[in-house]
Amino acid sequence: MNAPVDVLERRADAEAKLGIIDCDIHPSMKSPRALDPYLSARWRKHLTEYGKFNCGIYADRGTYPRFSPATSRRDAWPPGGGSPGSDVPFMREQLLDAYNIAYGVLEPLLGGNTSRNLDEAAALCSAMNDWQAHDFVEPEPRLRASILVPQDDPEASVKEIEKRAGDWRFAQIQLGSKTSEPLGRRRYWPIFAAAQANNLSIGLHIGGTQNSAPSAGGWPQFYIEDHHVLVHSMQSQAASLILEGVFETFPNLKICLIEGGFAWAPSLGWRLDAHWAKMRDEVPQVKRPPSEYMRTNLWFATQPVEEPENPEDLRQVFEWIGWDRMVYSSDYPHWDFDDPKHAFRFKMTEQEERMLFRDNALNVYSFQ
Amino acid sequence: MSKHAVATVAEIPPGQRKLVTVRGRSIAVFNLDGEFFGLFNRCPHQGGPMCEGILTGLIESDEPGNYKYSRKGEILRCPWHGWEFDVRTGQSYCEPERVQVRSYPVEVAPGERVVQGPYVAETVPVTVEQEYVVVDV
Repeated sequence: MNAPVDVLERRADAEAKLGIIDCDIHPSMKSPRALDPYLSARWRKHLTEYGKFNCGIYADRGTYPRFSPATSRRDAWPPGGGSPGSDVPFMREQLLDAYNIAYGVLEPLLGGNTSRNLDEAAALCSAMNDWQAHDFVEPEPRLRASILVPQDDPEASVKEIEKRAGDWRFAQIQLGSKTSEPLGRRRYWPIFAAAQANNLSIGLHIGGTQNSAPSAGGWPQFYIEDHHVLVHSMQSQAASLILEGVFETFPNLKICLIEGGFAWAPSLGWRLDAHWAKMRDEVPQVKRPPSEYMRTNLWFATQPVEEPENPEDLRQVFEWIGWDRMVYSSDYPHWDFDDPKHAFRFKMTEQEERMLFRDNALNVYSFQ
Repeated sequence: MSKHAVATVAEIPPGQRKLVTVRGRSIAVFNLDGEFFGLFNRCPHQGGPMCEGILTGLIESDEPGNYKYSRKGEILRCPWHGWEFDVRTGQSYCEPERVQVRSYPVEVAPGERVVQGPYVAETVPVTVEQEYVVVDV
């Protein structure tokens, strides 16, 4: 399908004012039945009678509101009703128009891929893909959908990717940072092959399945702790992908790490490089120093931005990682939203701004 | 600085707030059990609209296992990232000296006085029978 003409026109307008690309917007369902039109009778019946056989997803796991109702900004509840992120006109007003966002990538965290019943996971992912495309992207083409896949069933995942590839409404494939095994394992490689073959990047968003404790130190007791340990899963996935040789086998694979922090990246690169200099022969498939793959195959979405005491320290972190690796994300409507005008407290050059807020993302995503 | 009548006292009951615009500034006016306070409607962190935050209290602890809840209804949390501010002073809890929401003096004045001036009643019609919330901007 081709992009509607008005999107292209709008894009030309927006460019004059540096239209921003937002890599992380969370849509939510208007009602618990919102997926029904996109589920077959078989799965509607199944979900009504049995429900979802979950292994606990990020957004559903807590038994308390996660700091703020619906994990959201208190001003993000649509005036016409419904939960934050469910109302396209309000999202348009509060986010897209307010910040001149040229494209926004939807990152549903609705647990389609966390059912232990793989067929159910496949049905839910596919329904959520249709739901994003019909309920969000078609009414507002600045929004673009993520292809959700049941990652523990690579064959079904590839089928879903191929079904959506080439459809302008989809910008990337989404995976969660918590998986049954580290993502570099070969069971997941068919997904990477399909991503590369179809020139689709992967958005690796924090969350995902919870077959294990969120932290290598066990289960956290506090939300502040739980919220922080999310970054550990992202570091583990980055290391696994590099050390298993994923980027040697799929050199054009692009992975954007979303909401997992980024100030750890320079340190991870330094440490892995130092280990590699000594133990390279254990992983001969890793032909270059590990940090080099971080500079060719990984991108880092900034929200929630690091907030060092001295704002200039953040510039140093950007420089260590590489300005070309950084992409802006808002996390709207969640409570830890980053305002593009105020989240970065150091002065950027015009070129740096263009890279962070738009140009780098254009190198990652397939906006058609 | 000039004084502006922005609401009748009855319009902002205890525990409630009203967003007003005075000389181009967006100001959230709060009623704490009959005392009024005005805060700039932008969080100094990332600019969240303070008027949409919740009023809550302070939870503190001298040592693990001992908790104290005080100042109920006097702590305003930014509706975005939840930073805590003292609604009486605009000071943040974590860095009271460095991080503050600008606060504006607010007083209650009878309509008679407002009508006589030097108040500038530009946002609400004023009658002598009512009491008014007056913000100094």
